[in-house]
Amino acid sequence: MLQYIVKRTLVLIPLLLALSIVVFIIIQLPPGDYLTTYINQLRSTGMEVTEDQIKALEARYGFDQPMYMQYLKWMKNLLKGDMGYSFVYNRPVNALVGSRLPATIAISLVSTILIWLIAFPIGFYSATHKYSFGDYAFTGISFFGVSVPEFLLAILIMYLYFLVTRKYAGGLYSDVYAGKPWTWDKIVDMLKHVWIPLLVIAITGTAGLFKTFRANLLDELGKPYVKTARAKGVSNMRLLIKYPVRIALIPFIATVGWMLPGLISGQTVLSMVLSLPTVGPLLITALQNQDMYLAGSIVFVMGLMAMIGTLVSDILLAVTDPRIRNSM
Amino acid sequence: MQDPIKGLQKVNRREMKRRKAAYKAQSEREVDSIYVASQWKLTRMRFKRNRLAVVGFVTLCIIYFIALFANFLAPYGKQDYNANITNMAPHGMHWIDEEGSFSFRPFVYEIVKGYDPVTFAPTYEVDTTQKQYISLFVKGTPYKLFGLIDCDVHLFGVKEAAGPNGGIYGVYLFGTDQAGRDLFSRTLIGAQISATVGLIGVLLSFFLGLIMGGLSGYLGGTVDVIIQRIIDFVISLPTIPLWMALAAAVPSNWPVTKTYFCITLILSLVGWPSLARTVRSKFMSLKNEDYVKAARVAGASTPRIIAKHMVPMFTSHLIASLSLSIPGMILGETSLSFLGLGLRAPAVSWGVLLADAQKFRNVALYPWTLIPGLFVVVTVMAFNFVGDGLRDAADPYL
Repeated sequence: MLQYIVKRTLVLIPLLLALSIVVFIIIQLPPGDYLTTYINQLRSTGMEVTEDQIKALEARYGFDQPMYMQYLKWMKNLLKGDMGYSFVYNRPVNALVGSRLPATIAISLVSTILIWLIAFPIGFYSATHKYSFGDYAFTGISFFGVSVPEFLLAILIMYLYFLVTRKYAGGLYSDVYAGKPWTWDKIVDMLKHVWIPLLVIAITGTAGLFKTFRANLLDELGKPYVKTARAKGVSNMRLLIKYPVRIALIPFIATVGWMLPGLISGQTVLSMVLSLPTVGPLLITALQNQDMYLAGSIVFVMGLMAMIGTLVSDILLAVTDPRIRNSM
Repeated sequence: MQDPIKGLQKVNRREMKRRKAAYKAQSEREVDSIYVASQWKLTRMRFKRNRLAVVGFVTLCIIYFIALFANFLAPYGKQDYNANITNMAPHGMHWIDEEGSFSFRPFVYEIVKGYDPVTFAPTYEVDTTQKQYISLFVKGTPYKLFGLIDCDVHLFGVKEAAGPNGGIYGVYLFGTDQAGRDLFSRTLIGAQISATVGLIGVLLSFFLGLIMGGLSGYLGGTVDVIIQRIIDFVISLPTIPLWMALAAAVPSNWPVTKTYFCITLILSLVGWPSLARTVRSKFMSLKNEDYVKAARVAGASTPRIIAKHMVPMFTSHLIASLSLSIPGMILGETSLSFLGLGLRAPAVSWGVLLADAQKFRNVALYPWTLIPGLFVVVTVMAFNFVGDGLRDAADPYL
């Protein structure tokens, strides 16, 4: 088992290397390099930029060196934990991303758990009550869930909420609590806001997982061993929980892995619409302003999160399924 | 098939005999046709039995029909604006007038602009005493049908835009945007980009996926390992941030067509791995089949084996997984354009139209801004239905 975990973790290294290359390409992609934009930015605010300063900046970012040297330099800083400097916000990228990371991770974690908690029982119900009214209702909602963009659903729910209460429900908490320490009132206020993103994620994220689980469980239920057990008089619930559900759960765990990139993706646009303090809106602002060090770093952090998520789900999978941990 | 005997007590004996014979003949025909049916025919038969898939297919046909004839079906051109009617709520056609009399030919009332005495926001009142009938084949803004034929006829519209009370006549089924452009027309025309981005994107992914998956599955060994790692890597990336980052690099001053192809290319760059996986797993399972071995022993070349013997075996699967990857691309384009990172005005796509909904104030005041979203949901849902139906039809054992 330990051997599997170590092996699986080592796979992460080439993946991270590939990710860093992709991110570096993203940083280099926009026409006109970072430095020119930065100098223009400084000049437009009325600051004098002398030749010496330009030279100093060039040396700092390694723009006077060939591309691969720039990459290595950037990589070296990245390993040291320095992700560069954002000229739009005039702050180090680390501080910017760091301030928004907790909310990002919290929302990802809570929504993953929420999706599991919802998808599992309704998938179980749908598969055991195939073609019942409830099954049709859940399947219908799941079809809607996979077809609607997260941001649209969020806007729609906000609009309906607005129609009923005449209140705006965006943000993570009301403006009065911004920058205040966490008190009980603030938590209550946050709960009044946080239900919209959670509801959106519950509808859009659950849909795919629900469909997989239902299909898997249905496949298992059709197998002869289930019939045999039934014929032998095993009680229905005991039979279901003990055999088919356990097997159908395996792909369920595996999906956490591929669900995470999607979750982080959807969250980006969702956060923008709901103005949540996650890295999503930061990425959008960064891209709109071509603040590429910030943008690249955020893509890197998001990719890292997705990869760690996949790693965790692979390990969980190996814990539950001996075939997997022995095959590697 | 329903039993023909049931409920026939009242019908005379001869009729009963006739129906019985017809039923028998038909079921025999059906059995015969299954024995000789080709794989395509079987797939089609199974597909037709799936009601949701058929509904989805018909919906898609309608949407692509709309996209094809959008300029003709839309009463206004995509950039036609009327500064007097900004952010106006939908004003539909009427069949029944104030007195309750019904007219088969729909008509519109005159819309008179006013101002709210408190907020000075424009208000639009309907003057029910003045009406104008809708005309068919009205001459309007010139456009190019299919991008080739010069044309200025629109399916329907009003002949006279100016009303007698200083108001205007017009069909604004979905209302107007902040520049006073007709949202209905723009939504129809937006279908041209939104509905095709998925198709072209999938076509590009298709080639990438086919080549990578084919190489990986057929050659095996090191090539397989490397391609598998690449696929794992691309799949583990969060798509939307990556799309956003790549799309942001597309210069904003590029013409619409160039941006369109760039965005499509970006969408397909991330979309190919799932297709490559399907192709690979099919190649893996097929290459050890007896008939493939037989072909190899008979001296067929590798390209011939792939093209003649293996690809036809899983074409139906390919089409199914292709149609299942279109929704992601449509949603991707919508999200990107919504954020202003994909296509930008003057391009018209559903995402671009939805960008007006970015500010919640707009949605709260002018909720009809969200209508293009309905089209996105319906299109994507239809593709999902068709994709699911195709997958089940292509392989009933999966």
